[in-house]
Amino acid sequence: MNQSGETIAQLQGASKRYGDVLALDQVDLDVRRGEVQALLGPNGAGKTTAISLLLGLLRPDAGSAMLFGQSPGSLTARSRLGAMLQTSGVPDTLTVGELVTLFRSYYAQPRTVADCVALAGVGDLLRIRYGRLSGGQQRRVQFALAICGRPQILFLDEPTTGLDLDARETMWKTIRQLVAESCAVVLTTHYLEEAEALADHVSVLARGRIVAAGSVQQVRARVAQRRIRCVSRLSEEAIGTWPEVRSVVRDGERIEIVTDLAETVVRQLLFEDSELSELEVRRAGLAEAFVEITREAA
Amino acid sequence: MDASIAMNDNGSAPNPTLAYALESKYEFLRVLRTPAFAFPTLLFPPMFYLLFGVLLNRGNANAAHYLFATYSVFGVMAPSLFGFGVGVAIERERGWLSLKRVAPMPPGAYLLAKMAMAALFALIIYIVLAIMAATLGGVSLALGQWLLLGAVATCGVLPFCALGLMIGSRANASGAPALVNLIYLPMAFLSGLWMPLNLLPDFIARVAPLWPAYHLAQLALATIGRGDGSAPLPHVAALLGFTAICFAIARRWLARAT
Repeated sequence: MNQSGETIAQLQGASKRYGDVLALDQVDLDVRRGEVQALLGPNGAGKTTAISLLLGLLRPDAGSAMLFGQSPGSLTARSRLGAMLQTSGVPDTLTVGELVTLFRSYYAQPRTVADCVALAGVGDLLRIRYGRLSGGQQRRVQFALAICGRPQILFLDEPTTGLDLDARETMWKTIRQLVAESCAVVLTTHYLEEAEALADHVSVLARGRIVAAGSVQQVRARVAQRRIRCVSRLSEEAIGTWPEVRSVVRDGERIEIVTDLAETVVRQLLFEDSELSELEVRRAGLAEAFVEITREAA
Repeated sequence: MDASIAMNDNGSAPNPTLAYALESKYEFLRVLRTPAFAFPTLLFPPMFYLLFGVLLNRGNANAAHYLFATYSVFGVMAPSLFGFGVGVAIERERGWLSLKRVAPMPPGAYLLAKMAMAALFALIIYIVLAIMAATLGGVSLALGQWLLLGAVATCGVLPFCALGLMIGSRANASGAPALVNLIYLPMAFLSGLWMPLNLLPDFIARVAPLWPAYHLAQLALATIGRGDGSAPLPHVAALLGFTAICFAIARRWLARAT
């Protein structure tokens, strides 16, 4: 079952324009079997457009979109994917059980109803109408619909928006389990910890372009910045004049310094203030990296 | 590179009959559980018929038969126009249609389910009207005529489904009900469903052939031997042509909408 590495979905130089707005600008994306590809970016960056191209809901103006080696949208391609769209408009008047039954009927070898609802954590909601569910419960039902056909690739457009922590953990666990069974996943998210927790590959989109791509570590390393915190008698004005320092702020008795060259700055700090204490140096998380990358692109 | 994989992963195809049946069943349930739709659709034609066809028309056998046929047509219009016009607009705007386009729903299941729903509603309305007509309305028909008119009513949903689909593929969800009402009630009046066209101003009678409801009413009247003597085939052709044009336009609009 270990066929990891085989490309399942691909964008090559894909562009998409809405009127005057270039929503996607020559985007390349590779989604491989058994891997989670996370698309990060602010609203309007083109994440949903990229997913829509791979799903066949939109066609690229230039470049190509491929799914299972064909152009997306064919019935065979669709029978091998699962999708959770950002807005799904599921009818309020049908029950969870009816919705799962309906979607199962689209597939040759669907999961059992019990499996679907257990994996999505909605087993106790089967008889309840969709409109009476909370936002988080509705999201989990959409997840159940996405996985009921044993997809080989799963598209999740902001899947955990509105979920509480427990529900999010459950969904993460299921996603990891599906990936372990060699399902590919395309995930867009605003929650950076979600990308850090799940993704093998991260692509950061800003204004329709991919501005950074690679593993979580690689993207994080793209931003050399580190954050130094310490208690010191030095004034922030004085530190701010050092050439390596990007910014200094005082937070109570602590000083927080952002720099690309932490070692140099720390050496200087210890040299000028021998009583310096509580020294802390931290590499930027994906959140900081992401803010920095998208700011550069803007 | 993937041709072989495409073959061996889904060796057997899903059972499309099951998908069509479930799609239709849940479409019917979805509509039935939406009181804002189900109540007016199911109640208005019998209520109007009771008022205008039965209570205000004591003893006139001609009028009783005419109104029974035309109210059967009136009953056909609402489930098709609202089911498609409002239903498609909502499902298109809120993303349900997109999700179904992404899922491997058998092609055509979406439209067939909605048509089956409309036809079933139309048949239920016809049965209610027929019971009222036979017991209260002084309508007497041969068994074959009852059945044939029921068939006309059930099949008659087609042009209105197409018109509704055209509206639903363009209108936004909040505007669609108003737009459908703007077409539904005036068309019923202008097609002579509420009173015969010869009682209305001449120009209304002259433009009546523009409306599908007029042609369906002529067919319904001919079925029970109350027609104006015109041949049925041109009416059928007009209805099919109207259906084809609306479907073609809706297809274009839907292909653009995502």
